[in-house]
Formats: sequence, C-alpha cells, structure tokens
Amino acid sequence: MDFQTAVFYFLSAILVFASLRVITARNPVHAALHLILAFFTCGGIWALLQAEFLAIAIILVYVGAVMVLFLFVVMMLDVNIDRIRQGFWNYLPLGALLGLLMVLEMSLVLGSKYFQIPAAEAMLPAGISNTKSIAALMFTDYVYPFELASLILLVGMIAAIVLTHRGPKKSKYTNPNQQVFVKAKDRVRVLQMPVEKD
Amino acid sequence: MDALMNFGLGIFGGAWPAVWTLLKILLIVAPLMLGVAYLTYFERKVIGYMQVRIGPNRVGPWGLIQPIADGLKLLLKEIIVPTTANKGIFIIAPMLAIAPALAAWAVIPFTDSLVVANIDASLLYIMAITSMGVYGVILAGWASNSKYAFLGAMRSAAQMVSYEISMGFSLICVLMVSNSLNLVDIVNVQDQGRFAGWGLSFLSWNWLPLFPMFIVYLISGTAELNRAPFDVAEGESEIVAGFHVEYSGMAFALFFLAEYANMILVAALTSLLFLGGWLSPVGFLPDGILWLFAKMSVILFLFLWFRATFPRYRYDQLMRLGWKVFLPICLIWLVVVGVWMMSPLNIWK
Repeated sequence: MDFQTAVFYFLSAILVFASLRVITARNPVHAALHLILAFFTCGGIWALLQAEFLAIAIILVYVGAVMVLFLFVVMMLDVNIDRIRQGFWNYLPLGALLGLLMVLEMSLVLGSKYFQIPAAEAMLPAGISNTKSIAALMFTDYVYPFELASLILLVGMIAAIVLTHRGPKKSKYTNPNQQVFVKAKDRVRVLQMPVEKD
Repeated sequence: MDALMNFGLGIFGGAWPAVWTLLKILLIVAPLMLGVAYLTYFERKVIGYMQVRIGPNRVGPWGLIQPIADGLKLLLKEIIVPTTANKGIFIIAPMLAIAPALAAWAVIPFTDSLVVANIDASLLYIMAITSMGVYGVILAGWASNSKYAFLGAMRSAAQMVSYEISMGFSLICVLMVSNSLNLVDIVNVQDQGRFAGWGLSFLSWNWLPLFPMFIVYLISGTAELNRAPFDVAEGESEIVAGFHVEYSGMAFALFFLAEYANMILVAALTSLLFLGGWLSPVGFLPDGILWLFAKMSVILFLFLWFRATFPRYRYDQLMRLGWKVFLPICLIWLVVVGVWMMSPLNIWK
C-alpha cells in the first residue's frame, strides 16, 4: 500500500465516521460540527484526486460560509431531543426506502471503475491549471446550465425573503445611513449672549 | 543549498524530504511567534505614545523583555474550565483559532523563490483557510455557556461572514488583472507596465488601478481580524471580553496569538496583492525580502493607529458598512475592471 492509498483510507475513515455522527449525535451543535468535519475531509479526498479547485471551493463555500450560518442558527435553537425521536419508528420504513433508492442511484452513476484512486497515467500533466480548465468548460460548453443554476439559486433566495418578510418595521429604529451624515451644526446651536453686567 | 540537501540526505536518508518540510515549517513559525510577541510590545508602545504615555518600560531595557515575561506568566497560569461548559469543544476552540492562522503561511511567498509550497491556487487556499478561523471564535463563545461569550460569538459570526464577501470581491479584482491565482505570479505581474519601464514601479503596483479595492480590502481585513474599530466580538465596554471571557492562561493566549498572527498575515497579503510584495518601489534599488517586511510593518502600524484613533462601530453601523457600502462598491468596480480589461485602454497585457 503506497502513501496515497494510505491517505485515502485515512480520510475516508474520518469521512464515514463524521457522516455517521451527523445523524447519530444527540446534540445538534455536535452534529453540525461533524458535518463540517465531513466537508473538510471530503475536500481532502478531492485534493487527493488532483481536483484542487473543487477541494478548495467546498471548504471556502461550505465550511467557510454556509456552515457558519448553519451553526449560527443551530446554536440559537432549543432542541428537544425526546420530541424529535417520537415518530422515529413510524417514519423508519419510508426513510429506509428513500435511503435505499439513493444508494441504488449513486451506485448506478458511479460505476465500479470510479471506486479506486486514479492510476498515475490519469494524472494531469504539469502546467495545466485545474481552475482554468473548469472555468473554460463552465463558460463555454455548460454556460446555459450554469446560468440556469444561478438563476434557480436567485429565485430560491428571493422566495425565502418573500416568505419571511413581515412588511415594514413598525417599531422605532435608528437609521445609521442618516446618522453618519449628521453634522455638528444640525444638532448644536451656538448662541451669542451679551455679557451680564451688574 | 545543494550541499545542505546532500548533507541531510546523508543523515536522514529517505526521511529527509519530510524532515526538510518540518524544518521549513519551523523556520516560518518560530519567527512568526517572535513577531507576534514583539507586535504586542510595539502595539503597547505605539498606542502609549499616541496617548501621551510611555508604555511598558520596566522589564529589561526600554521594556524589551516585557512580551517574554507576559508569555511566561500566561504559561504558568491555570486554565479554568467552567463547570457547565462543553469541555471538549471548550478545549478545541483555541486550537481551531490558531491552526488556520498558522496554516495559511504555507503558501505566502517571501521572495519569488522563498516559499514553503508554491501551489497553483494559493490565493484560493488562503481564502479557504482563513475563512475557517471564525470557528474558533464561534465555538469558544458557545462552549463557554456564558451569555457574554455567546453574544460575542454571534456578533463575530455575522461580522466575519459579511466582510468576507467584500474581501473576496476585492481579491477577485486582483486575480482578474493578474490572470493568475498564484501569489508569486500576482507579485511578478505588478513589475510590468509603463511606470515600471520608467523606473517608477510603485505606480505599477495594483494599489493604483485598483485603489477602491485596496481600501475595501484593508478595511475589510481589519474587520475580519476583529480589530478596533470593528472589535464588537470583544467589546470590553459592552460584553466584558466577548467570546474569550471564560478563558484563562494559555488557552486565552492562543486566541491572542491567533489574532496577532492573523494581523501579520493580512499585512503580508495586502503587501503582496496591492503593494508589490518584495518588489522595490524604484528602479535603481534591488528587489528583496526587506521591502516586503517594510511594507508589512507600515500596514501593521496602520492597524495599531486605527485602534488608537477610532471609536468602536455600533453593530448596525458595522453591518451597514459591510452590506450597503462595500458590497456595492465592489460590484461596481468589478464591472469597471472587466470593461477596462476588454477596452483598448487595457493596461494589463
């Protein structure tokens, strides 16, 4: 077993463990933290496959931004574990069926040849930038699917705002935009008073 | 250099590449930690003089041993874990704060050959690694089980995510004009241009054509570092000490080390991306690592100057600056740079 295979198995073991802990951890913050660990090791495995752009992108986007907000929300929640567990056995058959379907689909997509580390001849020649190749593909061959995906994301974002927006604020609030433009002469009046004499 | 390599191969044999990498890491981390120690001394002296005080002057000549004494004191102090704290995460949080601050240095070039790992996507790597520093702060605040710490963590999470966007956009402008994600290439590109031909290469550096982005990057960098005037995560007068209020001894010191190591990192990045890194400002002087250190020192001095000058931003003002001022500026300048590069006036060929 060469060094690369050893690293692959090491990362995969962490990834499987972390993914399992995501669904078994009782504390939701611990679950979120294990999800972060899973994303990070996933990035590590992609880096091993010489897909450095994808590896860094998943860490930058998911670990660096999405999970921070996720953790932000999870920390605020007061989760009652017992109430969540109530319907566990009722939902188990449906959940197991869906899980099985997903495993089936994934194994169809990923043929057996992808279940191993690429041989040395499949490695990229030096001097070809991973980032540039992805960009070239994304903005030539796949430009319409790519733009469509960004449009769908935009629609999702606007929908979330529309669903949660409760109309204009009725309470009193300060507008920092106006505050920063205040000048001393708007607020302070200097009076000239004649000196009092007895 | 070759003699050193052969000597190492002779002693360590096959393990030499690993040992050599460890040595290189040591060569960066040890001076960095020393730099952090003396940055705290420098900060106390500079702010002292700005406030018409003397600053530390008792330990050693001119107080020069003060940071060493502080370090020893922190090492000897007890680390107190609050009874209701989440112990595991409480202990891990300071490590999560310092690890990205050190890991980012792996790709920082000091000259065009002096770099630990000259990888292709080093700018992306830096963005990814530094974006993980926020976890130390959030988890410390949450695990402490204290309201002040938690408030600090929440503020810090929102602030870091907001300012990372404008920081990212200013980096995108830089990589557009440099046509590369490699920090060495980004610096080398700044050595070309009309002004560089005239021997005035400081006018060819990125700060001039990308001036708004330079300012946005510098201010967002200060915000990312949780430094005054953006230190709402600590906010001594509002939430005691924010996220690290429950930490003591070396666990607290790790947060401190991480903050100052990140300060030096942002100073180095600003010098590399906008101020030409190790390039000499004028044609008749040679390029060299000293120029990089000089530029970093100026930016570090700016950070200290900010702290001594500006009062702390209120939280809503801070969010307004990030989302309503910097983000529009970045989006507009991104389009401006794009049009500029496609027009006949393009200066980055």
